[in-house]
Amino acid sequence: MRHILAVMVENNPGVLARVAGLFSRRGFNIDSLAVGRTENPKISRMTIVVEGDQRVLEQVTKQLHKLVDVIKISDVTTEQYVDRELVMIKVNASSSLRGEIIQIADIFRARIVDLGVKSITLECTGNDAKINAFEESLRPYGLKELVRTGKIAMLRGMRYSGVQDSGGRQQEPE
Amino acid sequence: MEMTAAEALVKCLEKEQVEVIFGYPGASIFPVYDALYHCTSIKHILVRHEQGAAHAADGYARATGRVGVCMSTSGPGATNLVTGLANAYMDSVPLVAFTGQVPTSQVGTDAFQEVDITGITMPITKHNYLVKDAAQLPRIVKDAFHIAASGRPGPVLIDLPKDVLLTVIDYHYPRSVNLRGYKPNYKGHPNQINEAAKLIAQSRRPVIYAGGGILSANAGKELLTLAETISAPVTNTFMGLSGFPGDHPLFLGMLGLHGTRAANLAVTNSDLLIALGARFDDRVTAKIAEFAPRAGVVHIDIDPAEIGKNVPVHVPIVGDVKLVLRELLPKLVKRDDTSWLEQIQAWKEQYPLCYCQESEELKPQYVVEKLYDLTKDDDVTVVTDVGQHQMWVAQYYRFKTPGSLISSGGLGTMGFGLPAAVGAQLGLPGRQVILVTGDGSIQMTMQELATAMEQKLPLKIIILNNKVLGMVRQLQQMYCESRYIAVDFDFHPDFAMLARAYGMKDYTLCTPAEVDRLLPEALAQAGPVLVHCVVSTMENVNPVVPVGKAINEAVDC
Repeated sequence: MRHILAVMVENNPGVLARVAGLFSRRGFNIDSLAVGRTENPKISRMTIVVEGDQRVLEQVTKQLHKLVDVIKISDVTTEQYVDRELVMIKVNASSSLRGEIIQIADIFRARIVDLGVKSITLECTGNDAKINAFEESLRPYGLKELVRTGKIAMLRGMRYSGVQDSGGRQQEPE
Repeated sequence: MEMTAAEALVKCLEKEQVEVIFGYPGASIFPVYDALYHCTSIKHILVRHEQGAAHAADGYARATGRVGVCMSTSGPGATNLVTGLANAYMDSVPLVAFTGQVPTSQVGTDAFQEVDITGITMPITKHNYLVKDAAQLPRIVKDAFHIAASGRPGPVLIDLPKDVLLTVIDYHYPRSVNLRGYKPNYKGHPNQINEAAKLIAQSRRPVIYAGGGILSANAGKELLTLAETISAPVTNTFMGLSGFPGDHPLFLGMLGLHGTRAANLAVTNSDLLIALGARFDDRVTAKIAEFAPRAGVVHIDIDPAEIGKNVPVHVPIVGDVKLVLRELLPKLVKRDDTSWLEQIQAWKEQYPLCYCQESEELKPQYVVEKLYDLTKDDDVTVVTDVGQHQMWVAQYYRFKTPGSLISSGGLGTMGFGLPAAVGAQLGLPGRQVILVTGDGSIQMTMQELATAMEQKLPLKIIILNNKVLGMVRQLQQMYCESRYIAVDFDFHPDFAMLARAYGMKDYTLCTPAEVDRLLPEALAQAGPVLVHCVVSTMENVNPVVPVGKAINEAVDC
């Protein structure tokens, strides 16, 4: 089964290497990884998609917890959640085909972010299925370049996976 | 108070009540050494190789229960610490290692003696730091000592760029630690403890399987009470040896690959395995599918990641073994079902550890037995290296007091012994420290003989010299039809002469009679002694569980 983990980490240098290194040396596979800072600049949130049964997931979670820089881990997939990914696709587009491509973009509610003499660059947001369908619809025109951000996810309603306290360490000099 | 970060570091170490630093200077770490010049409370031990510094700090930490501290310069100094850090990580030993680093402006430029030591040691430290902001150094040191010693102990490394060390800071040592992502759990869950008590009450054939956690948690007394209350036999992992009295009637000996048959049969036939501070390591379980196949498992460990990692667990309890046992003990009822203990006793009598002493040739096991005989009534700490001699010590020396064995278990580091003995002896000045090593292991780090002599340590070093890398030779005999390659030492230094070169008293023992006559004399010497025992080459460690077999399928080879 595929799990989406929301991993809250201290925004320290090397924290990505610690997490990535842990996955590789323990033989866990990362399907996708997205990192960015949260509402608290001292905390980053990693959204990690991992494939594995309950035992693998338990080990991943426990091993991640052993990292001093990891503050909190939630498996978003155990509850109601929304997930999104952003893709940018540069597709071949001679002037005669532009109309068709723009129509496809409309269907997927994608946006045109750049226009060249022979290409269009589109941006689309959605879940896996939508992004994959969008990619397949454009494939016949010739994909020149494609980049995906990796999945980010959030629990629905009032539930949250983040860290609530805003404080960092309090320095207490003697 | 204004001072350089290097001076602040020394102040921090004084605050942490560090007594000894094992280190080796160099250009990058130089400001710390300059700051140490004025420090009277911390003793610096100059080793002869940085690996020795890490192992000595490790031996010191295991002997004293305190955090061991080692220090090296950047580049090769730092990489030489790596084996020692990995060793401490595998055996959960609290260390703090300081490494010099090139100035921050040069980091990442392949500067002279630059190496990415935080990158290199990420998988073998509990945590590590590259200090970029000098003002943060006191907090980092405070955190590092806390992380190293708390929860499941382990090594922490702090990398110190030279310009950071020379930066003037306003020094304040933080009073408390506040790490959001690091809050070890010490107290076991009460419901789980009740569940464990219930399983124990129902079990008819319980076995206690106790590992190194007993020693880290200082839970020897609680383990003894547990075993005696429920009349359960106790087996130790190699790391757990000395955690339960080796001469106690409930003691089964070590289990696993070279474990006693009684221990392995007890585990295989048990209906409840009570695992305490142990991690179901492959040397213990062998073929894991047939390890304790009929047993329910109660697993108590401070590290949640160890629970359920290798085997399914029925009652997991995350917590400090000592605290959990203290909660558990009052909930237990005395068991006096004797049939299981009778069965255990029958196995012990049927399958004692044994070896053949047929000729005048000296058997290594004999030396260990004799050593035990001579020291059983004294407070001694035995340090070993890695290989056959280590297993013979594990089998034939009956450890009685917690912590009286210091050895490299998880990583199996040949060369650990001598520097670890140096560290142990420095930590326990009044105690007799005896190193049992092999002719292969001693040659990996024998430069530390100079450190031992310089520090006037009264170490007793027993080399069991079989002129061969015995453990590998045994493997080649078992699995390669005796095609021996790269295991024979055609040349050895004259170990007696070597002892004399360092100014140590030496003995060479070649027969059981010589051992009987001279070993007592050697151990009675006040100063350092090297006892060179010439033992038989072809001796094997028995019993042994062949690769791919279950622990109850051990053979003699």
